[in-house]
Amino acid sequence: MAANTNSEKYKSDGSLIGNLLEWVDARFPATSLWRTHLAEYYAPKNFNFWYFFGSLALLVLVLQVVTGIFLVMHYKPDGSLNANGIPVAFASVNYIMYDVPWGWLVRYMHSTGASAFFIVVYLHMFRGILYGSYRKPRELIWVFGVLVFLCLMAEAFMGYLLPWGQMSLWGAQVIINLFSAIPVIGDPLTIWIRGDFVIGDATLNRFFSFHVIAVPLVLIGLVVAHLLALHEVGSNNPDGVEIKERKNEKGIPLDGIPFHPYYTVKDIVGVVVFLMAFSAVIFFAPEGGGYFLEYNNFFQSDPLKTPPHIAPVWYFTPFYSMLRAMVWNFFWLDAKLWGVITMGAGVVILAFLPWLDRSPAKSIRYRGPIFKILLAIFVFAFLILGFLGTKAPGYYFFGYQPPEKGSSLLSILLSGDIIAQVFTAYYFLFFLTMPIWSKIDKCKPVPERVTWK
Amino acid sequence: MPQTFTCGFALTYNRRVLSRFNVGISAMSNQGKMDCGRRRLIVATAAVGGSGVLAALVPFVSTLLPSERAKAAGAPVEVDISKLEAGQMITVEWRGKPVWVMRRTKEMLETLATLNSELADPDSAKAEQPPYCKGMERTIPNQDPAVLVMVGICTHLGCSPTAKFRAGTEESMPADWKGGFLCPCHGSTFDLSGRVFKNKPAPTNLPVPPYKYLSETRIIIGVDTEGA
Repeated sequence: MAANTNSEKYKSDGSLIGNLLEWVDARFPATSLWRTHLAEYYAPKNFNFWYFFGSLALLVLVLQVVTGIFLVMHYKPDGSLNANGIPVAFASVNYIMYDVPWGWLVRYMHSTGASAFFIVVYLHMFRGILYGSYRKPRELIWVFGVLVFLCLMAEAFMGYLLPWGQMSLWGAQVIINLFSAIPVIGDPLTIWIRGDFVIGDATLNRFFSFHVIAVPLVLIGLVVAHLLALHEVGSNNPDGVEIKERKNEKGIPLDGIPFHPYYTVKDIVGVVVFLMAFSAVIFFAPEGGGYFLEYNNFFQSDPLKTPPHIAPVWYFTPFYSMLRAMVWNFFWLDAKLWGVITMGAGVVILAFLPWLDRSPAKSIRYRGPIFKILLAIFVFAFLILGFLGTKAPGYYFFGYQPPEKGSSLLSILLSGDIIAQVFTAYYFLFFLTMPIWSKIDKCKPVPERVTWK
Repeated sequence: MPQTFTCGFALTYNRRVLSRFNVGISAMSNQGKMDCGRRRLIVATAAVGGSGVLAALVPFVSTLLPSERAKAAGAPVEVDISKLEAGQMITVEWRGKPVWVMRRTKEMLETLATLNSELADPDSAKAEQPPYCKGMERTIPNQDPAVLVMVGICTHLGCSPTAKFRAGTEESMPADWKGGFLCPCHGSTFDLSGRVFKNKPAPTNLPVPPYKYLSETRIIIGVDTEGA
């Protein structure tokens, strides 16, 4: 289907440019690539607001690569102290901020870009859940997407070490030590990851290498695989209808429109709105209220003193809450290891979504009340987990003060720790019980063609 | 079984897969035969080449291990405790980690025995200390039990706990708090001997490093006490 334009070569109209294109086409599939992926890639005509986030993710990826290239020209991954007693890496970030012409802008674009990346990717994933975009035949698109998400997490985590501030050091300390929970090989493994017995120059240099070379290469490869898989089977849509099942006599889906120019032009609107919000953050709130860049990271790293409050950057906090929720030892394993397993499973379980969902309808538009209610609670639980992950342990909602002795009903209901445990359980039960409730849910009949006003 | 061949060492190949990838079928004829000698050579070449690639991984993976310079670092550190007042704690750096040297007050030492039932490992049975550091004080016998030496790294995920020495209601501490340490990352609490409280994420007590008294007022961290 997608490949049926591959054999068509460009035939020159006799003009200079036409001749050139014919010459290229005889040697490289230029026209065929253009047609397969843009001009003759037929996307459903009923895309809505939610469909901006895929192309926006691509835009942010390009922004991160370009700003990253320029940052590397001035940044120094060196943990040793300079003549003023400041780590060279930390000083080089300040140098970019104060001395490099426009360096502050490029740096803030990159640091804000990291948060923007996660915002658009979370919304992009949520779109997939809303409309069942992971369902057959799009399972691999979703699995590649989960791998892209994992790569992004690795990229963000390793990038956060590079400014070599307090949060860089202690955040990496905590996450690397997660691996020490693995029995037997845990401790040697953490030493191998750090390249030293503590986080130091060796760790900084390898994280730099992974952040600028290894992970981006894998990430871009996965994004290409994600798009190739998408263009092989075609896009889903808000109705969850397969548009390829109804084609005209030329083999073009009746409800399909060429991606270019229709969606390229539509996406420009999304890009403009996105860039307005993005610029507003960069120029007026580059630290994002302490959520995009944590205040403690403006202090140079000190291996002897942990900041009084340490939490990961916002995009990791839902999973961080799951880590902290595990406080019981059972099955001969430490709570520490259970926390790590829970956090890892929280990400990995996403990859199984295509096989957990047994609903007859793909899209939320035709799915029943069970899905709608459970999904609403799921979103709420995920947001609250994210919120609690930014708070210190022992947090109580609404500034509640627990009683001095024992516990009251309110001290249980308003305890952040207990709520995080309940919502972590919910997060997993949502997925694990999905094969049951998605099957018995009362779906509406799915139309044959997309609905479109 | 028209779809499969058996060749040499009982390897069975799917004919369609073979023809798709065009390997080892040069002599494959319409009678459905294949050149088993050629096929074995391909398998052997792939195995030798693959093991070469695996062997080449070893040096790359090994470069990530601590270098000789990193292994050589970590000399013992001497600490003068003559000016350390009761209730005070100093932090020194040993092997890149914070080591706390603390002189506990009499009241602080008295809290230790009252907490045993609330602690996960009150006798420090799990080895997080040299064998010569004994008792709930976790100090060297025959030396001042008030002086505590501890690696200030939480055994959960490696944050450095914060001193919460004041008894009673201190910020984010329970009301019956008797003084100790709080890890800011995941909320583990430790008493004034670094023993972890029950049902906290940290699995073991805070480690005691090897150390030794050079004199009444000088200790060296990173050197074991002999014969104690």
